[in-house]
Amino acid sequence: MAAETELTPSSYIGHHLTYLTTQVSEGSFWVLHIDTLITSIILGVLSLGSIWLVVRKATAGVPTRTQAFIELAVEFIDKEVKNIFHGDRHALVAPMALTVFVWVLMMNTMDILPIDITAKILENVFGLHNWKIVPTTDINTTFALALSIWFLMLFFNVKVKGLGGWLHELFCTPFGKSPLMWILNLLFNFIEYVSKPLSHSLRLFGNIYAGEVIFLLLGMWAATGVSGTIFGAILGAGWAIFHILVVTLQAFIFMMLTVVYISMAHESH
Amino acid sequence: MNINFTLISQAIAFSVFIWFTVKFVWPPLLRAIEERQKTIADGLAAGERGRHELELASQRSSEVLKEAKQRAAEIVLQAEKRASEIVEEAKKAAKEEGDRIVTAAKADIEHEMFSAKEVLRQHVAELAVAGAAKILRREVDAKAHADLLVAIREDLK
Repeated sequence: MAAETELTPSSYIGHHLTYLTTQVSEGSFWVLHIDTLITSIILGVLSLGSIWLVVRKATAGVPTRTQAFIELAVEFIDKEVKNIFHGDRHALVAPMALTVFVWVLMMNTMDILPIDITAKILENVFGLHNWKIVPTTDINTTFALALSIWFLMLFFNVKVKGLGGWLHELFCTPFGKSPLMWILNLLFNFIEYVSKPLSHSLRLFGNIYAGEVIFLLLGMWAATGVSGTIFGAILGAGWAIFHILVVTLQAFIFMMLTVVYISMAHESH
Repeated sequence: MNINFTLISQAIAFSVFIWFTVKFVWPPLLRAIEERQKTIADGLAAGERGRHELELASQRSSEVLKEAKQRAAEIVLQAEKRASEIVEEAKKAAKEEGDRIVTAAKADIEHEMFSAKEVLRQHVAELAVAGAAKILRREVDAKAHADLLVAIREDLK
């Protein structure tokens, strides 16, 4: 490898944080992160597809082990949704929560794979350089999810309350109907509507990105010598174990916020 | 770390995945779970119904048993009554039969006594005639003294 001769901390980290891009059209916006997109689609197809394969033959009688496991997960999610959302959850919200949880969990879990080994495999076996395998460390992914949910939230706000009802809510909550409060209410709601997708997406992105950076720092330490390798490996293992919790928790939080935002759109203040 | 076209493509991928889950993953599983819940609920209801019916049946059977016992007691009572009646009747019939036999026997005895008396009277009359003949030392002519003999016989009656 030519890169190995000039390996410095910044080139190492920079190498791992570079996306495989393609220019779709003119302009800086029309760049596509192929690695993010392909990895996330593969993960989504794998996870949801395998669930579908099991569910397709779902029986109402005695379930198989796999079906029982999936039912366990689905019923867990369904119970959480039921507690928060009081409409017909089976039409969209509950399946969406399942999609979000499974997909985000799969994308987050990529973070636990040893970063250098997978990079080497991708380089030497598939010939792919700069392939980032964790789609949720790409802020485009988390924003894509959060914004999709945000638009759904706006859609349900208008659909459930009507455009007038929603505007009324924008102007008259949370401080009351008085015209003096209209500007304040609007400002408050504006902040709320802006902060929702921001916090929703940045929370996930920040946690997973920070996790990856720590793996990178530990990997860098491992390159400094024998003691660095030993401690880097031990701490890396510890961080990976801890990261199992972070990965699951962040996926769960992302799902819960999705459900909360959508159900808030269905309920008047 | 810049926002670019990836966002839009990821949003499209996300909506496709949501559509897939809503359309293909959720409904069959939900159907299976709900069907199983219904089966379990039906089973529990059937069990409850069975228990209720068992209760009713045992109640009914105890009623039937009670009635049967009562009937049996009645029948035994009637049988005892009938038996005592039969005994009474038998006693009465036996008594009547006995009375009849006794009466017949008494009549027989009377008859026997009467004929014996008759024979005896005959003998006495003959003896009287024989005695009188001995006293008179001569034969009493039956023909000559027929009226006498008849008179004696009449006296002995």
